[in-house]
Amino acid sequence: MSTLLEVSGVSVSFDGFKAINNLTFQIGPAEMRAVIGPNGAGKTTFMDIITGKTKPDDGHVLWGEKSVSLLSMSESQIAQAGVGRKFQRPTVFEDQSVRENLILALKNKRGPLAVLRFRARQQDHEKVASLADEIGLQSALDRKAGELSHGQKQWLEIGMLLAQDPQLLLVDEPAAGMTPAEREHTTDILVEAAKTRAVVVVEHDMEFVSRLNCKVTVLHEGSVLAEGSLDHVTQNERVIEVYLGR
Amino acid sequence: MTLPFRRAVLALLVLVAPTLLQAQSADAPVQQILRSHAEVIQKSSRKTIGPAIDALAQSGLPEAQTVLERWQAKDMWFNKETGLFVFASTADGGLQIFDVSDGVEIGVVDKKEYKQLKPNSGIRGLIASALVQFQLNDPNPRTRDAALTAIERDAEASHLSALRGSIEAEQDADLKARKDRLERLLTIRFDEDEAARLAAIDSFAGDLGVDVRATLNPLVSSEIKVADQIPDGAVGIEVGSDELTQDQAYKLLVANGLAPEPVDAAAVKQTLIANINGDTVAGVQVASLDEDAAREAAYQVLAQQGLATPLVTQEDIAETVQKHKFFKVYVSAPLPIALAAQAALDNIETQVALNQTADLVLDALSLASIYFLAAIGLAITFGVMGVINMAHGEFIMMGAYTGYVVQLFIPDLTLSILVAIPCAFLVTFGAGVLLERLVIRWLYHRPLETLLATFGVSIALQQLAKNIFGTQARPLTAPAWLDGSMVLNDIVSISYIRIAIFVLALLFLSLFLIVMNRTRLGLEVRAVTQNNRMASSMGINPDRINMLTFGLGSGIAGIAGVAIGLYAKVTSEMGSDYIVQSFMTVVVGGVGNIWGTLLGATMVGTLQKGIEWFNPSNTLAAQTYMILFIILFIQFRPRGIIALKGRAAEA
Amino acid sequence: MVDMTSTVEPIRKPLVLRYPSVAIFLIFLSLFTAIITVLGEGFGIGLISTSFIKTLGKTLCLCLAALAMDLVWGYTGILSLGHMAFFGIGGYAIGMWLMYARTEIIVVDSLAASALPPTAQEISDGIATQIFGVVGASEFPPIWAFAHSLPLQLAAVVLVPGLLALIFGWLAFRSRVTGVYLSILTQAMTLALSLYLFQNDSGLRGNNGLSGLQNLPGLDSVPQSTVSILFFWASALALGLGYLVCAWVVSGKFGSVIRAIRDDQSRVRFLGYSVEAYKLFIFTFTAVICGIAGALYYPQAGIINPAEIAPIASIYLAVWVAIGGRGRLYGAVIGAAFVSLLSTWFTGGQAPDISLGFYTIQWVDWWTILLGFSFVAVTLFAPRGIGGLIDKLTERRAPDRHGADLGPDLGSLREKEANE
Repeated sequence: MSTLLEVSGVSVSFDGFKAINNLTFQIGPAEMRAVIGPNGAGKTTFMDIITGKTKPDDGHVLWGEKSVSLLSMSESQIAQAGVGRKFQRPTVFEDQSVRENLILALKNKRGPLAVLRFRARQQDHEKVASLADEIGLQSALDRKAGELSHGQKQWLEIGMLLAQDPQLLLVDEPAAGMTPAEREHTTDILVEAAKTRAVVVVEHDMEFVSRLNCKVTVLHEGSVLAEGSLDHVTQNERVIEVYLGR
Repeated sequence: MTLPFRRAVLALLVLVAPTLLQAQSADAPVQQILRSHAEVIQKSSRKTIGPAIDALAQSGLPEAQTVLERWQAKDMWFNKETGLFVFASTADGGLQIFDVSDGVEIGVVDKKEYKQLKPNSGIRGLIASALVQFQLNDPNPRTRDAALTAIERDAEASHLSALRGSIEAEQDADLKARKDRLERLLTIRFDEDEAARLAAIDSFAGDLGVDVRATLNPLVSSEIKVADQIPDGAVGIEVGSDELTQDQAYKLLVANGLAPEPVDAAAVKQTLIANINGDTVAGVQVASLDEDAAREAAYQVLAQQGLATPLVTQEDIAETVQKHKFFKVYVSAPLPIALAAQAALDNIETQVALNQTADLVLDALSLASIYFLAAIGLAITFGVMGVINMAHGEFIMMGAYTGYVVQLFIPDLTLSILVAIPCAFLVTFGAGVLLERLVIRWLYHRPLETLLATFGVSIALQQLAKNIFGTQARPLTAPAWLDGSMVLNDIVSISYIRIAIFVLALLFLSLFLIVMNRTRLGLEVRAVTQNNRMASSMGINPDRINMLTFGLGSGIAGIAGVAIGLYAKVTSEMGSDYIVQSFMTVVVGGVGNIWGTLLGATMVGTLQKGIEWFNPSNTLAAQTYMILFIILFIQFRPRGIIALKGRAAEA
Repeated sequence: MVDMTSTVEPIRKPLVLRYPSVAIFLIFLSLFTAIITVLGEGFGIGLISTSFIKTLGKTLCLCLAALAMDLVWGYTGILSLGHMAFFGIGGYAIGMWLMYARTEIIVVDSLAASALPPTAQEISDGIATQIFGVVGASEFPPIWAFAHSLPLQLAAVVLVPGLLALIFGWLAFRSRVTGVYLSILTQAMTLALSLYLFQNDSGLRGNNGLSGLQNLPGLDSVPQSTVSILFFWASALALGLGYLVCAWVVSGKFGSVIRAIRDDQSRVRFLGYSVEAYKLFIFTFTAVICGIAGALYYPQAGIINPAEIAPIASIYLAVWVAIGGRGRLYGAVIGAAFVSLLSTWFTGGQAPDISLGFYTIQWVDWWTILLGFSFVAVTLFAPRGIGGLIDKLTERRAPDRHGADLGPDLGSLREKEANE
């Protein structure tokens, strides 16, 4: 199986505290992966490193078939290369309408001059409409994102992630603050997405993870503690010790 | 004694005395010296008096000094007939005379028989310098000191031997050292013996005294001369070097009559105008002469017709200069001495540069401590609370004006400064707390808005100060013990006020460290800085902490104001003079760390002084370049010298 | 944000129709220009003095600069405290030509009396002596190399501020200097520039600045009343065009991106936009607008000196925009016009003094204090500025949300912090 993202031997420390310690991680081009771990295991820092927000002290992060290093790229270049990220807290542009948020995310040229000349084409409008349909915000397209409920903002952010059409989705706790029905819908969207691209889901909720039915990576103190199916890792002694807390 | 009786005695004496005493005093050696120079002494002319004074001074007679002194004081008279020299003072009716050799009174004589010597100021000066050798050996150290000062101010060749003679007997160590130094300086200037001069020059290697440079500099004065061949012992000079450009070389030739004077553009123009004939000059249309080339061509024509001196072209100049040799001659000393002096000066130059660097470092340090004082309050409010206070400069001003007002009420300067410092702290602390309560606390987490709101406060306060105190600068006078400066040598010195500010800065650094690390308040401040919500759930009232922190920062600004006011002027605009530098200090140093502020202040201060050193005439340019440098510096360390890393930095 | 936030609709109507405020503004500006022309001395009935027309023309230029400030601050969230420096550079660029050309005429006239026709060098020396005599120099500094040419100096009006902004912005944005740091850095840049110009050997006449700019070379016969109206028209035209261009820039997706940058720049990065490139674009673009505004302003003011570039001027620009209302173009224009005209009125000694019995408030002395405190009050109590009043009139409300406030007025980052 070819590899889309390869993280090897990465370490990063903040003022002496090792947030990530010799972490190694791989994911294929069409794969779903759940990342779990207790608080402070380094899940968010892990995502920060992949998306370029944090530069590691050590190690490699290689991307795509050509194995380009992501470490020398800026956040926006990494995003343009095909890494999409959904934050734990929904961060949408509250002062702008749902439509504007989606159009911002749509996969189009990102340069200032191209954007200055940009005019939404028919296909853009269709894409926005279909995305809005999928995330249940079709009637709210012209409302300001700030007026949406917390759950709706989560949906909008998922919509924006899909609009970016990334090869790798990094999703941080997508189901937080959703109703059971919405969770199910989220699961469907993620599973569907994983058919054509790589999806990494960071989640606390074991029930949600089990529903994803995928390989699980357990992080602890900045490195991988165990990897495999959910059943496999939950039987691991060390995992039980550190994660379930006894 | 009744008056008639006294008169009778006097009359008797007048009759008897001359004949009686003449023989005695006429034999005295000093009298003989005077008599042998009687003619020039009586003529009393500066030009001819020299031998007389020298003879006296070099006689080795103990009474010579007294004679010279009395002569200088116009107390010496001489008998018109016998030529006897006496000291005299007018007594009622006659002249009371004394012997020049032992000062014994001779008697009272008729004024008409004697004539007073009235040396003019020129002669008195000559006498004074002759007297120096006596004064150098005077038992009174003050007199010796004054004599040395006199020589230092205006030395003469004759002083050298006197000085040498007096060193041996000198008891006072300080004076001896001075005499020794002066002797060597005079040796360089006046000694006939070349070896002695060279040795003296050598002895001053690396000496920083201004007097040494003043002595050596004239020795190396040189002249550039021109000849067909370089004479022996002269230093040849390449034309086109910094020492001698081609133009200067040509001018030298012109001055020596070796080349014709060049004709400049103005002269060409004048000649052309003088030769205008209708619309043409030398057959050329006047209207076409709007270019230098055309004018020169027309002028050449005139020159060929003999109506003008020929042009000297650049080629001519180069050619003429080529034909001659140029060399340097030392005009005021023989070559070996001049070269030795030059070497010594070069050596001293290096020493001077080193010491100037030291002086610069001291200057930079004191500027750094001023910036540190100005910035420390800002660092507290910006670093601890994340609040940019644009009115910080106005708090500095407020502190300075508080000091001024305190001085109006307390005339004693030392006391008033001691009162002003806590007063300034209280006033600005109050103003800071007020500002925090009324404005800033509503704007936390909106730093740009805080910046603008405090700017509003800043312009209002500035204008308010202008309305109250007027636009002219107000004095904040330092007590006398802060006047003057500490002098290390002729180059390095530092004023006491700057030392005081430096000490104050150190004081505040330690105070800040103690407050932050050793007190409950410091603990709470650090807690609020690091995690506001956690701190408040631990029972700390962040509101109160913020208020106190802001007050503290402002209070320190007030004290800085007093310090700055002491050495600069107190005006309503003084705050804005420091605000940008203070911001720079905080930004360069790194936010949230007092050591960073210290380093930032040192860097900003050193930079400014360093750049000023490159271009001493221009403080404005120094500031410009400093700011540019800081903008570039931010490129490499966006978070300052001491940067917080990790999650805390992203808050 | 009355109109600019409207959505991108499937069928695009012309800008003016999509945003009624643009149309209203342009109509208002044209009416104002027409009325002033009729009332003015140059072509009208002479009810308004020439000096007042100059004041109005200058105010229009300040409005244009405020427009640029709004773009960079209100829309993109960069509080630049250096835009008046670009304004000043534009003024210096045009001032150099005005001064050169006018002095050239005088020098050529005086040399015409000479017996020989003057050489180019003599003319150049004569001009240099005239211009730089006050700072004790008699040679042209290198930066005056193009002063003889109007087209080149006009190019400099655009290029010099643009290049400076490009270089400075590139350095600053590249190293991710943001927020108050950036404000302080821009302020430092402005201070450096004005200190440099204050030197006598800066090549721009030190603190004497450039003067006599109101006299157009070769147009001595045209009365100032006509010249002032011409400049008034030019200023109005520039403001109108500037407004249109700015409205175009902020209306579409570009506007959406820059507002997104203002509200949450790291999120914009994760969407794949190069935040630095956008900031640099806006910073440079607005610097150019300011340069043009300055080039129109100073011929009306007649004199430019380094004090005009001091950091305080740029802060005042921010004050105008804040009072007018950030994040809406007309707010910036209203703020700049309102505050600068009011300021002229108060400081011009026309405002009546207020006698309190024991003390008389003279507005010349107290206006700055009033301005300072009212600025604090606006920041605290009316962050939407005068534009907020218009929101009330048009009955437009902020979204009724349970979260914290949002938008440029109150900082959309608040909710995030509240959630933490």
